[in-house]
Amino acid sequence: MFGYYFDLALRSLKRNPALTALMVVAIGFGVAASMITYSVFRAVSGNPIPDKSAQLFTPQIDSWGPQQSFNGDNEPPQALDYTDAMALMRAHAAKRQTLIYPVQLSLLPGGDRSLPIKANGYAVYGDFFPMFEVPFRYGSGWNATQDEGRAALVVLSEEFNRKLFGGANSVGHEITLGGHPYRIVGVTRRWNPVPRFYSLFGGSGFEEPADFYLPFTRALDLQIPTNGNNSCRGNISMNGWDSWLRSNCVWVTPWVELDSAADVARYRNFLEGYSADQQHAGRFNWAPNVRLRDVMRWMAYMHVVPPESRISLMVSLGFFLICLVNTVGLLLAKFMRRAGEIGIRRALGASRREIYMQFLIEAGTVGLAGGLLGLLLTAAGVSGVGLLFRPEIARLAHVDLSLVALTLAVAIAATVIAAFYPTWRAAHVHPAWHLRSN
Amino acid sequence: MQIQPIVAALRHHKAGTVLIALQIALTLAIVCNALFIIHQRVAHLSEPTGVDEANLFVIVNQWADQSSGEQIDAQMQADLATLRRLPGVRDATASNAYPLLGGGWDDLIMMKPDQVQKTTDASVYFGDQHFIDTLGVKLIAGRNFRADEIAPMKPRDSSTPPVVIVTKALADKLYPDGSALGKSFYAMSATPTTIIGIVERLQRSEVDTWSAPFAYQALIWPRRLDGSFGTYYIVHARPGEVAEVMHHAPKALYAQDRMRIIDPKDGVLSFAEIRHRAYDSDRGTAILMGIICAVLLVITGAGIIGLTSFWVGQRRKQIGIRRALGATRRDILRYFQTENLLIAGAGVVLGAILAVGLNLWMMLQLAMDRMPLAYVLVGIIVLLLLGQGAVFAPARRASRVSPVEATRSV
Repeated sequence: MFGYYFDLALRSLKRNPALTALMVVAIGFGVAASMITYSVFRAVSGNPIPDKSAQLFTPQIDSWGPQQSFNGDNEPPQALDYTDAMALMRAHAAKRQTLIYPVQLSLLPGGDRSLPIKANGYAVYGDFFPMFEVPFRYGSGWNATQDEGRAALVVLSEEFNRKLFGGANSVGHEITLGGHPYRIVGVTRRWNPVPRFYSLFGGSGFEEPADFYLPFTRALDLQIPTNGNNSCRGNISMNGWDSWLRSNCVWVTPWVELDSAADVARYRNFLEGYSADQQHAGRFNWAPNVRLRDVMRWMAYMHVVPPESRISLMVSLGFFLICLVNTVGLLLAKFMRRAGEIGIRRALGASRREIYMQFLIEAGTVGLAGGLLGLLLTAAGVSGVGLLFRPEIARLAHVDLSLVALTLAVAIAATVIAAFYPTWRAAHVHPAWHLRSN
Repeated sequence: MQIQPIVAALRHHKAGTVLIALQIALTLAIVCNALFIIHQRVAHLSEPTGVDEANLFVIVNQWADQSSGEQIDAQMQADLATLRRLPGVRDATASNAYPLLGGGWDDLIMMKPDQVQKTTDASVYFGDQHFIDTLGVKLIAGRNFRADEIAPMKPRDSSTPPVVIVTKALADKLYPDGSALGKSFYAMSATPTTIIGIVERLQRSEVDTWSAPFAYQALIWPRRLDGSFGTYYIVHARPGEVAEVMHHAPKALYAQDRMRIIDPKDGVLSFAEIRHRAYDSDRGTAILMGIICAVLLVITGAGIIGLTSFWVGQRRKQIGIRRALGATRRDILRYFQTENLLIAGAGVVLGAILAVGLNLWMMLQLAMDRMPLAYVLVGIIVLLLLGQGAVFAPARRASRVSPVEATRSV
């Protein structure tokens, strides 16, 4: 039966090629616009660490006071100053914790490079690797003792290791970054959570993969400045590294791992308590104002999804909706034009159910054709998406099997849904009336 | 032309009528919001920087040996001398930033030393006495820096220079009566700084949404910032020689000293490229909205043609009867045009409401601005014209229906 209806559908569609083409083009463009913008949106709004995003939290402490909030909304600064950051590390109130700041170091000529190059990485604590489930190809991260020992160690990314060592096991080798030697203790596998939730203060979340990770304590000893944001309030008086560390400038991103709701509550209490202590000690002259956001809440708060991505998706969906309304109208016209034919089929004993089948299959065929066109347009659009979005975001968009399946499914489902009303009208054609008028 | 019979006839095509009206309404809502977005983005990306963009380029110079400040300062001075000696170079300067860099340094500006909340936010440029000339900005009051006012400055050093040059936008913000020259302010410091010069216009180093309230508010400190990362060399080439100089300048710097990093891909940027990058998301959004608008109008027009053609086909007999009863071709044409006008009229009324609603929703959700009603008016006119244009072909076909059709049974 399906085959027969499909055949009927093809015949019917061939009878009005212009109308059919119009429907197919409308569905194709509508679904393609939606899929192109969706392919970008899903890349920028996805969960970068799905299995742990609810256990990872970034604490915020108001070290500036209520009159200095970023947007006048009484939110604490988006990063910690050195004093609070070190206090959190010393307190060790979470199962795992790390401080993070981005660094950029030079790599002197060597091997086949005749000129120095730059490398981007992060200063982190040893807990960083197990917390964020960083996979290792060779070696491992470092431990708490090495953090305390301010050891000159480094973990390279797979890409950076390939660039420097051709992908060989480089653990145990020494490299010089920014003029200082480090011993390689590990090489990660490809690991690049997108968006890069753990370093959003001064980062867009969509940078190139990191090259290396080195101990936070060592980076401080070497006075490596942050390559991210540094934000200060009030009258600042400083004359060098140490006075900068003592200042109210915020630049450190902390992360903690908390397994249960009870742990979260306990940690929040700890932050409140710490802020209250600072108030009593006279460092803060305001009530404790702290936040403890998990990964997804933090990304939402930091507006990681670029507004243009959201607007584009909205407008594309609106466009698709209009294409569907258009299709409803055209299908209605097409189906009702065949009222006579329907009347005859009904009079010859076809049930309403069979009329439904016939016309929904016809609509599904249009949807399939629209989906195939949409697929071509989506593939073309995704490859040209660099015209529409920033390069660092455009490169995240790609066509994969799930997008192909989604394109076809959405096109067919939407067209069949759009066909419900015209089909209902067709199925309710009065057989006798049309027979008589003919 | 009587409207009543048209309305009566439309009652027989309720679904089709409602669908066309709905499609026109939704199209209007999207098209005028999209046009508004396009206009805003294009306005944003065509904002002038105030600098001589055609003859400027920037070298992103990073230090390979990130060591002492003194060494970096000496190297910077040697580099600037090298650049200024190059044939085709009018002037060169070093700074921590340049207009449209995207990011950079900004200071909160206070009028009193003990003020808690900022008066405004200023984008910060460090520059020597060549800065103004190199960028090609116009000094409209006061004077340029003297060579003896320029000093090296280490990062994480908060000593405020005693003198500063500000943009007119910043001067007007701090002293709205126009008396800024010679007056002072506090830039996150307990010691004041005096305004010795005012430049006409200099764009901030970033033009993100958050900095829009502070547009064009910038200041220039008479300092060479010895950042351990590196510095931006801004070079002003003689007219027509910018491509040539861009090619030679990095080589000259490497010849001077190799311990630097000038990225082969992004290390030397023409101002056209800088502008292109700074506004890429604005441009992309405008292009996408433009494509969607165009395709949408085509599809809606085609949809109207399709449905009207269907109606014409359905009513051939009635049209024939009307023609037989004395209606002229013109009457038939008018009939379909008026019918479309009625449907489209209902559509644009609903669409205008949807358009404003969509704009309000985007204002809440996406921090958009309020759309001026002119966009809705333009959209209404466009859609009514589109409807009339689309209906013309089927209506003309209808008007050619012969009166003989009245006698046919189908």
